[in-house]
Amino acid sequence: MENRLRLLRAERNWSQQDLGERLEVSRQSINAIETGKYDPSLPLAFRISELFDLPIEDIFVSPSRRSSKAI
Amino acid sequence: MLRTPAWKRYNWRVIKLSLAYAVFLLCAVYGFKHHLLSGVVAYIVAALPALPIIGIFFAMGRYLVEEQDEYVRMLMIRQALWASGFALSAATIWGFLESFDVVGHIDAYYIAVIWFGGLGVGSLINKLTVGDGGC
Repeated sequence: MENRLRLLRAERNWSQQDLGERLEVSRQSINAIETGKYDPSLPLAFRISELFDLPIEDIFVSPSRRSSKAI
Repeated sequence: MLRTPAWKRYNWRVIKLSLAYAVFLLCAVYGFKHHLLSGVVAYIVAALPALPIIGIFFAMGRYLVEEQDEYVRMLMIRQALWASGFALSAATIWGFLESFDVVGHIDAYYIAVIWFGGLGVGSLINKLTVGDGGC
């Protein structure tokens, strides 16, 4: 799933390791989410949303909205 | 390799179970080689080496329950599914080859060995498709 995680992390000067520690997941998990290889579960998506103090839809791009934009 | 606390616990369990397997197997081989066992005891001792192997399957289940990192857990589940498909396919093919007398007999417990080998196949496929081999 497309997302703004890398951008939000970079704005705070956090490494993938830093973000992983804050979310209690591995650096590999952060990398997989950022590159869109892995979609986080709803609980993890909420943890990410709460950490950045942003609604989930401001971090993750809804696949249905993305496809409707393409149309 | 992603070494989470749950993975370290799983490794320790597998090491202890592997040692138990070696001890049980040596005892069973010694007992049968020297004709020390008969009746119900023979059945029990013959089945003893299987118990630590079953324990390793259980340890894998415990690991999946205990793993807090959902991405790492997903990688391990994919690995286990590939291993299961690999082992079942190999056993099915060999079963037909054996029933048509094209190949010789192989003891059924080798399916567990193939399954453990299948974990390696699953790790390689994870590496190729997702970019992480997992544990």
